[in-house]
Amino acid sequence: MKTFKVFGLLFTLVLMIGVLAACGGSGENNEQAGGDSGESSGSIIVGGSSAMQPLIGAAAEQFMSENPEVQIEVQGGGSGTGLSEVASGNFDIGNADYFAESKDDIPADELVDHKVAVVGMTAAVHPEAGVDNLSKEDLKKVFTGEVKNWSEVGGNDQEITLVNRPDGSGTRATFNEFGLDGKTPAEGITEDSSNRVKQIVADTPGAIGYLAFSYFDDEGTVTPLSIDGVEPSDENVQTGEFPIWAYQHSYTKGEPEGLTKEFLDYMMSEDIQNNLVPAQGYIPATEMKVERDAEGNETDK
Amino acid sequence: MSKAQNNEAVTHRLLKKNRSSAKRNERTGKIIVFTSAAIIIAATIAITLFLGYKGLKTFFVFDIDIWNFLTSTTWDGTSESGAFSFIFGSFAVTFLAALFAAPIGIGSAIFMTEIAKKWGQKVLQPVIEILVGIPSVVYGLIGVTVIVPLIRNHIGGLGFSLLAGMIVVGVMILPTITSISADAIKAIPIDIKDAAYGLGATRWQTIYKVIIPAALPSLMTAIVFGMARAFGEALAIQMVIGNVKGLPDSITDQAATLTSIITLDMPHTTYGSVHNSLLWSLGLILLVMSYVFIIIIRVVSSRRKI
Repeated sequence: MKTFKVFGLLFTLVLMIGVLAACGGSGENNEQAGGDSGESSGSIIVGGSSAMQPLIGAAAEQFMSENPEVQIEVQGGGSGTGLSEVASGNFDIGNADYFAESKDDIPADELVDHKVAVVGMTAAVHPEAGVDNLSKEDLKKVFTGEVKNWSEVGGNDQEITLVNRPDGSGTRATFNEFGLDGKTPAEGITEDSSNRVKQIVADTPGAIGYLAFSYFDDEGTVTPLSIDGVEPSDENVQTGEFPIWAYQHSYTKGEPEGLTKEFLDYMMSEDIQNNLVPAQGYIPATEMKVERDAEGNETDK
Repeated sequence: MSKAQNNEAVTHRLLKKNRSSAKRNERTGKIIVFTSAAIIIAATIAITLFLGYKGLKTFFVFDIDIWNFLTSTTWDGTSESGAFSFIFGSFAVTFLAALFAAPIGIGSAIFMTEIAKKWGQKVLQPVIEILVGIPSVVYGLIGVTVIVPLIRNHIGGLGFSLLAGMIVVGVMILPTITSISADAIKAIPIDIKDAAYGLGATRWQTIYKVIIPAALPSLMTAIVFGMARAFGEALAIQMVIGNVKGLPDSITDQAATLTSIITLDMPHTTYGSVHNSLLWSLGLILLVMSYVFIIIIRVVSSRRKI
């Protein structure tokens, strides 16, 4: 009887400690999971940017079907999560749609950047606004709230409604930096998912948001904006004429080894870059004629 | 069965088994029950401690002024950020939803307990259960595709609004309010009703003057339970409220809630950043508020007269 009581008490205690440790430990016990880059066990974990998840997931599937012994787990979680987890060693590869340098809390110097693809984006406008081209100056005026009606920038008499992305979103950061030259947009509806942004812009007269090129289709539910007369096309991004684009980064902690390296080499292979990457709506990183560094400086390749 | 007979039956059952196995059963049962209780208590304590630790970091590690955090309406993920517009948004949605759901919920509870006892329960009970079972993302989708355009075309504004949030969340908390209210009304002793009828009161007079006052503390509990649920709702509200940081001017204006900002911003933050910590603080506010709701429920139900 007594031993049972002691046992029960101990059991309960262990459980309580377990629960507490599981909750409190996110900062401390991150170290053990990473490290083994999987060459022996044949499995790696990739995660981060949910925008990149379909591309990386499709590549991983293709890689696994060619190498049946290999297990690649692709997770979402957002770019912030991807960077944090790869820095702490929980992910073998952390995906992010912005430079690690842009986040103060990430030891960017410990991470190695692999630019696996490029995404071009532009403003998406409700068709009834009556604009399909804006000068950059006008685009800034629209997004900073200086202009409230489309008629002021050559469109129809329709009030402007802004659709933004959340603070910290890579899409937002890219658009603000290269579309608005670093200006902060005025408050507006905030949505995270590109599909929902597209839906809102399509449904709300006078709405303007921003989307990756792949979200524009022939149906014309939303109008892609040309900027300063330059059409938002893959070619114009590659030549550096169209300003709003970003790398899709896959970060590793230190130089990649083993399976991690094999997979990243596979991502950069011609087959993936020329087939899968465009099929998923991205621009092959290998086709870029210009380069950009973490500070946003652009140079010819 | 009388008490004596009952005791006899129990004694008989116990005597049939030998004593040591009964003892063992006793112990196993005790261990299972105690462990379950311990797990729940431990989980609650752990969540509170964890959220407290994470949420208070904002003020003690990043040295953000707590007053500024609670009162400022600018939010950009930096140390100047304040949560007031989200606190306001959460409360606005909660009270509006309660305003929408309480009359309907209590009304249908009265309907199914007092007016149409038989088929009211047969029809309303399953309807309520279905409403409970619908996932919140479905409420959100219906809100976006039906309610938002409806508001945009017939009332004005963009459609994404406090009003849309009030309707969607109101419908979501309706089953909570209805079922707790129905239980409360059912718990009223029949003698009181008989007394009312005996004095010549009509059915409406009985409901108005006797049943509702007698059940009032429990009805209040039902409403507060509904409000607690509304306060914590994240997914559906995020889809229809527009998530505009700032104070809404009217009910057709967009707003943002504590939950919607957490779900929107969290994936983009890195662990240990100010922005991340600020979001944990928003979570802490949600937890504190759920404690407050529980305290209110306790206080209100202790005032129950019957």
